[in-house]
Amino acid sequence: MFRLEVRTSTPAWFNLALPLLAIGATLILCSGLIALAGAGVLEAYGVMFTASLGDSYAITETMVRAAPMIFTGLAVAVAFRAKFWNIGAEGQLLAGAVASCFVGAIPMPGPLAMVLMALAGAAAGAAVALVPATLRVKFKVDDVVSSLLLNSVIYYALMALIEGPWKDSFSGYPISPPIEDSANFPVLLEGTRLHLGVVVALIAAPLIWFLIVRTTLGFRIRVTGENPEAARYGGIHVERVLISTALLSGALAGLAGVGEVGGVHFQVMSDISPGYGYSGIVVAMLARLNPLGVVPAAIFLAAVMTGAEAMSRATGVPAFLSDVIQGTALLAMLVALLFTAYRIRRVGAAR
Amino acid sequence: MPLPAPLIEMRGITKRFGAVKANEAVDLSVAPGEILGLLGENGAGKTTLMNVLFGAYAPDAGEILIQGQPVRITSSADALAAGIGMVHQHFHLAPRLTVLENLLIGIPGKTGRIDRAGGLARLAEIGRQHGLTLDPNLPVSALSVGEQQRLEIVKALFRGARLLILDEPTAVLAPSEVDGLFSALRSMAAQGLGIIFISHKLNEVRALTHRCTVLRHGRVAGRVDDPANTTSSEMATLMCGHEIVPPARGPSTPGAAVLTLDGISTSKHSGTPLRDVSLAVRAGEILGIAGVSGNGQRALAEVISGTRVPDAGQMTIAGSKVSRFSPREVQALGLGRIPEDRMTTGLVTNLPLADSMVLPRIGTAAFSSGGLLKPDAIRAFAEAQINAYDIRCPGPMTRAGALSGGNLQKALLARELAFDPKVLVVSQPTRGLDIGAARFIHEKFLDMRAKGCGIIVIGEDLEELLVLCDRIAVMYEGRIVGTLDSADATVARLGLMMTGAEGHS
Repeated sequence: MFRLEVRTSTPAWFNLALPLLAIGATLILCSGLIALAGAGVLEAYGVMFTASLGDSYAITETMVRAAPMIFTGLAVAVAFRAKFWNIGAEGQLLAGAVASCFVGAIPMPGPLAMVLMALAGAAAGAAVALVPATLRVKFKVDDVVSSLLLNSVIYYALMALIEGPWKDSFSGYPISPPIEDSANFPVLLEGTRLHLGVVVALIAAPLIWFLIVRTTLGFRIRVTGENPEAARYGGIHVERVLISTALLSGALAGLAGVGEVGGVHFQVMSDISPGYGYSGIVVAMLARLNPLGVVPAAIFLAAVMTGAEAMSRATGVPAFLSDVIQGTALLAMLVALLFTAYRIRRVGAAR
Repeated sequence: MPLPAPLIEMRGITKRFGAVKANEAVDLSVAPGEILGLLGENGAGKTTLMNVLFGAYAPDAGEILIQGQPVRITSSADALAAGIGMVHQHFHLAPRLTVLENLLIGIPGKTGRIDRAGGLARLAEIGRQHGLTLDPNLPVSALSVGEQQRLEIVKALFRGARLLILDEPTAVLAPSEVDGLFSALRSMAAQGLGIIFISHKLNEVRALTHRCTVLRHGRVAGRVDDPANTTSSEMATLMCGHEIVPPARGPSTPGAAVLTLDGISTSKHSGTPLRDVSLAVRAGEILGIAGVSGNGQRALAEVISGTRVPDAGQMTIAGSKVSRFSPREVQALGLGRIPEDRMTTGLVTNLPLADSMVLPRIGTAAFSSGGLLKPDAIRAFAEAQINAYDIRCPGPMTRAGALSGGNLQKALLARELAFDPKVLVVSQPTRGLDIGAARFIHEKFLDMRAKGCGIIVIGEDLEELLVLCDRIAVMYEGRIVGTLDSADATVARLGLMMTGAEGHS
């Protein structure tokens, strides 16, 4: 028989071991589905790996997909550190995309356009995140519910925009007008889609890590998240910290949308995000809310997404497997987190 | 008189947590009809030992015998089946269910039905036997703390416990309730039950128990065969390994007032509001605030600590008027603060101890500049305090929640005293601490007093206030009803004032 015992301390190597354990468990669990779909498990995973990380082009494609999830992962990690339950990164991403598309369509010098797109997208994301944060601080409205439901509001507002004023009058497609060519983010490697935004995302992670670990704001975010009462007693303005966290989190999610508009799609359409905002939650949890861990976690999920399409073509296993892997990874990680607080002991064994 | 064969016997129990031996080769036995006191400082291994007995932990070595038969207890269900009942410090009751329903939880009735009639009869019988009467139809949420504890005891008896473990049962009780508990325990022992009584309060142990086992650092430090005729200081010496002398409060020459409250009133909050409270603490004196819990002490502590803005009145710290009543303002004026609840208000249990130690002053030049933390300074500060106050922990990066209560209180004291406060406000400074830790805290207060710090101690333990304080003010329904020099104060007189019966000024 086994039982759980409370741990007095958590070894440091758990930070690395737990996500790997969760990912390993996920791949094992999902292999059952692959077998059910009638494909060879190793073959399917093999195709997935080759197609996502097997050569330099595949790696650039994976990185292009990882970039928005690095931003949304950071957004969620920052918010969850303060226990501001921002489930609204998806809506904040869409708001950022719309705002940056609006700015990018205005003719102006390229570098200026890119900076203004980033600022506008970040501001739009922050503004959206401010809504659940304000509702919570002022009226104690549950932020999980309000931030989640706001995603639908933003999504349908975007739809109204591209079905209405922004609708392409020639083709009749529900897509926005493209941004100016000069506002397109520069491609860093000829013949790939690896754009400037990917590098910005990779730089953002250590910056956010620095902010959380080395600044007084980061300290206040951590303390507020762990014990708001002690924070308040210690002279921290808990409400102000929550609002600041929401603004930062929303801005990061908004930047995910900016990257998709400026570096990948150059316009806004209804499926500009295949759920990158929600994937950010998985990424942040796999990273154990550590901003540096967000990068490998986002790359893992991006590889699964890119690889799943190739696997689908090669083996006939539906590409939806990528969604299943994401969901399973989140659940596996939540179970794995149990081991940070508890240990398993065998009881009843003869001694 | 030869004792009957032990009801329960623990032999050579060893329990390790990593490298730490929480229990090492502990022997303990309880005979039928015996009340055994289990003593030890915080962290001595009492709780671990009882958790082993109750099946929460598997021991690494040793065996448990019930009436001479070795048994294996791997869960609380096993323990209950073996006739062991435990009353924890924190009760395990379902508040919305009635007394009877709580008793019947987990008890299978015949043919899957709940046997209410049988339960009622059994409850009435237990009530008659031991004077433990309870209204079976009241919801638990309507019971007082003392009644909830009574229900926990009844619950154990209901399940056929022959050995009852009580972990600090008197910590939550009013003095009048303690007498009732003791007579019930004596009645149970008289009928052949064994009882293990865990307490820090040595006079209770001496009054109640037949025999004591004393733990220190996980081992049995000694046994007391005649507690009634053993002095508290002899027991304390066994527990601590050295003699404990109560601190002596020398004469003081109070200086100018370092904290004044003038006509402070509050409203619009839960708990008792303050009504026109005026008081002054002078440099080099300790002012006690006595009162039955819930008479405005919390609001008073909050106003002084800068976490509640009063509706009316003025406060000065070291001669400066307090205008914003924020934690940062009162700290900057020279106020040190130690909150009532270490775990919820004082510390961040999931973060490193160092973070908790710098929390109230993180924005000051000592620990940050320009919004950037000074990690080296933070670590050095925490390390220095850990050494200066002998805070037992592996280091400043240890999770604060892993420390014992006494060490946490030392850490909270250290984080304030390091900044030489002109006035210190503390609530319940030694609640839940063992003798050694309480002694340490008291000594520090007296040191600060000698250095000219004014200290205001808000507490319920009158004996502690009488030892520690130069003057004692009594609160009743949000007012200060009188202030006594401690030379003129007695427990009886303060007790009378606490009921609002007598006014002095």
